[in-house]
Amino acid sequence: MDATQSGAQDVVKRHHILTRIWHWLNAIFATILLMSGLMIFNAHPQLYWGEFGARGDYAWLQIDDTRTTGFVRIGSARVETTGVLGLSLDSKDKVRRVAFPGWATIPTHYSLAAARRWHFAFAWLFALGLTAFMLGSLVNGHIRKDLHVRRAEWSVANIWKDIKNHAQLRFNHAHGTYNILQKLAYIGLIFVVLPTMILTGITMSPALNAAWPWLLDLFGGRQSARSLHFIAAAMMALFVVIHLVMVLLSGPIKGVRSMITGRHAATSELGQDGERP
Amino acid sequence: MTDGRKFMRRRDLLRGATLGSGALILSGCDALNENATFRSALRAVDSLNQMTHRSLMDRAALAPEFAPSDISPVFKTNGSVIATSAEYLAHLQNGFADWRLRVDGMVANPLVLGLDALRAMPVRTQITRHDCVEGWSAIAQWQGTPLRLLLQQARVSSRAKYIVFHCADDYGALPYYESIDLVDAYHPQTILAWGMNGETLPVKYGAPIRLRVERQLGYKQAKYVMRIEATDDLTKFHGGKGGYWEDVGDYAWYAGI
Repeated sequence: MDATQSGAQDVVKRHHILTRIWHWLNAIFATILLMSGLMIFNAHPQLYWGEFGARGDYAWLQIDDTRTTGFVRIGSARVETTGVLGLSLDSKDKVRRVAFPGWATIPTHYSLAAARRWHFAFAWLFALGLTAFMLGSLVNGHIRKDLHVRRAEWSVANIWKDIKNHAQLRFNHAHGTYNILQKLAYIGLIFVVLPTMILTGITMSPALNAAWPWLLDLFGGRQSARSLHFIAAAMMALFVVIHLVMVLLSGPIKGVRSMITGRHAATSELGQDGERP
Repeated sequence: MTDGRKFMRRRDLLRGATLGSGALILSGCDALNENATFRSALRAVDSLNQMTHRSLMDRAALAPEFAPSDISPVFKTNGSVIATSAEYLAHLQNGFADWRLRVDGMVANPLVLGLDALRAMPVRTQITRHDCVEGWSAIAQWQGTPLRLLLQQARVSSRAKYIVFHCADDYGALPYYESIDLVDAYHPQTILAWGMNGETLPVKYGAPIRLRVERQLGYKQAKYVMRIEATDDLTKFHGGKGGYWEDVGDYAWYAGI
């Protein structure tokens, strides 16, 4: 966000070309990875902690069916989810006993081999894209100028003010800076959740376990890595939901346009809340 | 029409549009999934993964080994739990006393070995993790003869590229078989296991011998191995993709992920 402002009527340069390219490519890659990942999960819809785990071992999460109902079990808590999770109908109204329904998976039918091919191909693009974006953002100043949380922002008062602003749906991005909650969400996604996805994914490879056994120690075993992979994917999905809601609430057309063209008309919003960073 | 009903209609419209565009994307992905060019592009990633793995580690880099306390209380059985051919059942009945393993194909010195001869060779014992392509894992102790020793004895031709494992079991209606390249075949942890968790290898886990190739997934760990063949061409066996699940389920031949 090179906020080269010279007056109130300005068009602000908001998103660097690298940010824009990565944003849209990553949106596509992450969607494909999520949906092919859900198909892979369908092959064994249970999660464990530790090195090993199979049917017969204690699973902390299970998405399954009783032939007539679908359910999700987390620990000892069980929720019936017939129709969506565990047991659902396909487009021809045929009962499918799978964890995630066809409309959420790639491919829509059960194919572990195909889903794995999609997943591993797009995982390369996703990992290379994230690495390029991180390095590029270090060089072009995106991290330092836009994402870096300044010392003054680390105050309870500031964070509380921002929480109140969000709760009252008051968004003020016009002056070209991210607010503290936004920064923390982006930092958490880019530097914690997405790298965790890649590293836990790599940890599930028996070959790479021989190359980098320390990854197993880092995540506490292959089945723990599989659980963390799923949890990180859920956090990524949650980020996307919140992100989309925020875009919708704060002016979707302007938001999407600025992520495409890189420019942002900064006139109207400035008046509402004349604060400057 | 009341406002409420108008709202409902608008909501249905919105829902329809969302579902419609979602369905369009999904059917697009399904169509792409059936597209021959796209499929071969995805399949090329299998080789990319293998090349990457091989370049990242020493060819003898060991799969992690575990402590006896890490062994799974129940090791899930998978695939065939017995071979049903008359020949195999006869061997089973007399405790594999007349069972012989053949090592042949592109070798200078074909071998025929009984179980006692195998057990008399240097033994390797390892506690390793078995990872199914479906996602589950189980840990067991395996005891067996390093494949490397047999291949050295048989003097594998320098033109050979793969080792094929012919099995006694049919899965579905087709015979099970598997293959690995020479890097994995000569790997120190690649063994023909005849012992598991301190006992003679049970039938449901592949008696009398099963392959352990520890840096790859479960479907490579062929059970009920009867014959080992060195070759330079996998396309001449069965479906031509180098293994039962590779032929039948289109799984990747390199199963390091």
